[in-house]
Amino acid sequence: MNFALALPEIFLALCAMGILVAGVLQKTDSTVMCTMAALAACAITAVLVVGVPAATGYSGLFITDAFARYAKLLILAGTALCAILSLDYNDRQGINRFEFPVLMLLSSVGMMVMASADNLMTLYMGLELQSLAIYVLAAFARDDIRSSEAGLKYFVLSALASGLLLYGISLTYGFSGSMDFGHIAQAAANPVSTSTGLIVGIAFIITGLAFKLSAVPFHMWTPDVYEGAPTSVTALMSTAPKVAPFVVLLRVMFGPFGHVAVQWQLIIVFVSIASMLLGSFAAIAQTNIKRLMAYSSIGHMGYALIGLAAGTETGVRGVLVYLLTYVVMSAGAFACIIAMRRRGLAIEKISDLGGLARNDLTLAVLMAIFMFSMAGIPPMAGFFGKLLVFQAAIDAGMYTLAIIGVLTSVVGCFYYLRVIKVMFFDPAEAPFDARSGALSFVALATGAFTFAFMVFAAPFVGAATHAAKALFG
Amino acid sequence: MNPVTASDAAGFPVLSLVTFLPLVGVVLLATLRGEEGAVAQNARWTALWTSLITFGVSLVLWTGFDLHEPGYQFVESVDWLPALGIGYRMGVDGISVLFVLLATALTPICILASWDSVKMRVREYMAAFLILETMMVGMFSATDFLLFYMFFEGVLIPMYLIIGIWGGPRRVYASIKFFLYTFAGSVLMLLALLAMWRQAGTTDIAVLLKTPFSAEMQFWLFLAFLASFAVKVPMWPVHTWLPDAHVEAPTAGSVILAGVLLKMGGYGFLRFSVPMLPIAAAQFAPVMFALGVIAVIYTSLVALAQQDMKKLIAYSSIAHMGVVVIGIFTLNIQGIDGALFQMISHGVVSAALFLCVGVIYDRMHTREISRYGGLGDRMPAYAFVFMLFTMGSIGLPGTSGFVGEFLVLVGALRVNFWLALLGSFGMILGAAYMLYLYRRIIFGRITRADLKSILDLSPREITIFAPLVVLTLWLGIYPSSFTSFFESSVGAMVQSHDQAMILAHHATRIARATLSIAR
Repeated sequence: MNFALALPEIFLALCAMGILVAGVLQKTDSTVMCTMAALAACAITAVLVVGVPAATGYSGLFITDAFARYAKLLILAGTALCAILSLDYNDRQGINRFEFPVLMLLSSVGMMVMASADNLMTLYMGLELQSLAIYVLAAFARDDIRSSEAGLKYFVLSALASGLLLYGISLTYGFSGSMDFGHIAQAAANPVSTSTGLIVGIAFIITGLAFKLSAVPFHMWTPDVYEGAPTSVTALMSTAPKVAPFVVLLRVMFGPFGHVAVQWQLIIVFVSIASMLLGSFAAIAQTNIKRLMAYSSIGHMGYALIGLAAGTETGVRGVLVYLLTYVVMSAGAFACIIAMRRRGLAIEKISDLGGLARNDLTLAVLMAIFMFSMAGIPPMAGFFGKLLVFQAAIDAGMYTLAIIGVLTSVVGCFYYLRVIKVMFFDPAEAPFDARSGALSFVALATGAFTFAFMVFAAPFVGAATHAAKALFG
Repeated sequence: MNPVTASDAAGFPVLSLVTFLPLVGVVLLATLRGEEGAVAQNARWTALWTSLITFGVSLVLWTGFDLHEPGYQFVESVDWLPALGIGYRMGVDGISVLFVLLATALTPICILASWDSVKMRVREYMAAFLILETMMVGMFSATDFLLFYMFFEGVLIPMYLIIGIWGGPRRVYASIKFFLYTFAGSVLMLLALLAMWRQAGTTDIAVLLKTPFSAEMQFWLFLAFLASFAVKVPMWPVHTWLPDAHVEAPTAGSVILAGVLLKMGGYGFLRFSVPMLPIAAAQFAPVMFALGVIAVIYTSLVALAQQDMKKLIAYSSIAHMGVVVIGIFTLNIQGIDGALFQMISHGVVSAALFLCVGVIYDRMHTREISRYGGLGDRMPAYAFVFMLFTMGSIGLPGTSGFVGEFLVLVGALRVNFWLALLGSFGMILGAAYMLYLYRRIIFGRITRADLKSILDLSPREITIFAPLVVLTLWLGIYPSSFTSFFESSVGAMVQSHDQAMILAHHATRIARATLSIAR
């Protein structure tokens, strides 16, 4: 057994358990300490991830390639950013319990396993570990009825999706004779004579993963859960747990089902278009900023899916860059949302941002950067993600998809502009409570990244290119 | 990253300096501390000095420009995204150099014009103008399509904020309309960019110019570009954002909008549509003429009926830009020279006219024409400058407006007599609405009590108008000091267009011949 391959995951899992034990044994409140330890664990794990050689191990269950490495680093970054965000929010909401960082770490272990899955079983194990941790997190404010509702809703619907995924896995296993990606690829090598059972299996697997991505038509849970869950959890849900299912989807679609792309491409195109349309039109009527972010993330998944629909290496590169920019700007936007607080109470209405530019220009400018970036306006980071996925679509000759994509981005632009309008053009409301240093740090760091991405995009695009190449072998 | 390579004599990245110098000013503005009034005053001076220094540096382009070189000068090239084949490439040729100077010259004027009229959030206002300057200069000096696109879109952000924060009562509506109209157009251009990128493998404009695109592809690319540039120009029927934006924008916002932002469309046509898509440009020319003529006649008539000064000048801008579109698509030297000249001239004159409106708006806080009358008695200096710019707008010989319109009409006459005739209606109607406006504001007796104490131009306002007066006359009396900048570039463009048309003609003839032989 070569433990070196899974060393980062093993280390992170051990850290999670260690922090759990330490937290239980501690008599005083230890949330801050545990969160700091979790951050350190993330940092060390990231170093370990970089050091792991590219190989396949554990009888083909586990793969560590450049693609997995890129995804894992992104997952760790997203988790770490959200861990910092949770410090302040949980403290002020009175839900500062040390289990929070532990659960976050466990979910990222699950996500990292997903990123390295080379077997449908590994995939499922990782997905469940991630989901279970997030079910608990969504209901973490246990005295708050909305949080409990969000947790329950997410649990019930997600369990259904997991069931569908498992059903798809069993069908695939039944009709291809293996769970191993390599073997499935051999069994599904002929796009014409693919057995119907396998195609149904693929459809179910896409369904299960699309649910986790909150892509239309499996998005129903998203606005409610985003709104109900504690904002620190919403921030987490919209970052790393979007990356992991996406990279798994990429790996499964291009790995075992790569030869039968004709069979699934149309599904992805449909899901992508539906997500972009719903994400842009349904968001217009929202008044709650968390619900707005929910529809925004639905839309973003639609854009990122364009890269998958293109079915090419450039498409994968586009998706990877898109996910990177999305994670950063999403974490930043949530940092700003968490900063929305008056007289100790968290507020969530878009109109509460009224005249923010006069009370707190820094925060308003940062939020504006994130909104422009999400709308895909250059020179912000979000533009590059969109540019690359649209490039992939044009290169693959999918003009309709690209045209629908850019037009929905204009519609989407409207509601992002509305947030900016409220912040900059409307009369000032009462100022927010002073924000903590942790929030300012996340907002400033992600804001700087989003704004300055144009200058130092080259290494990131290079890494994404390398990762995409690794996926295609 | 490779070191910056610049091919001008000093080996000095002038264009990057001019582009990003205003951002230094923004950083300085961000560091200002103290009580509000002092910060506002310091912000004004910081912004003014930054823009003046930027203008001073940009004069290197005027003096150092080689008039006989049709290609790019002051070239800079740095690897930016090597994985994608995108470079940070800057350079100016005869077509863009004057626009860069126009942008750097108008920004200090805008800042001076906002000196007293902008009282709230002065620091943010000045920062927005400096960022806008960076975007405008960058857009005119980018020689990489993607870089161009980034600046092209980036312009929207500061302009949206300028209209939305410091604008009039319907500013929110106007700013969002402005943003979405232009954004909707430009995303289609993004797709065109991607399609061209796919074929050429790079977004370097110099390479794209040499890349042949099939006639069918040119057709679609032209439509995509048209969607973007027609909104920017703006051409009828997608012009409706402009009157709203102009009316609601603060004075300096209108000045920069009319002076520089409207030129982005015409510049785009000259930089991309005409030289890269020669077949489609020739194919679409009649459509463009029709749209141009409609713009000229229809919006001139609309201007005649306006009660709001800014709206009137906004509609006159659309009419003048219609002339520009006609000039560009005559695809001959006179027409394109005229279009370029008309754009420069319009950049000066319409900017000045909006400033004229701003002068009396600052005093009376209304733009309604009927609220004025007889200002000539109380404001002789104002009456003089307003007269001069009115004449410039009409196109009186000796002012800047004449040269451009005349050249365009000469170019149009070479294409079609009726086109020239209909195009010249613009001049007649222009004289009608501008003189009508002038009469209602300046002539007559002062009847309203509040106008009796109105003050003439202040020294600051005279400082603002003086350079514009000089420019208007200089452009009109000695146009060749400006036309000499773009003559060789335009000549090369028209020549390569003609060659492309001959090639395309031969290709179709050969295709026909082979077809008949096959039969």
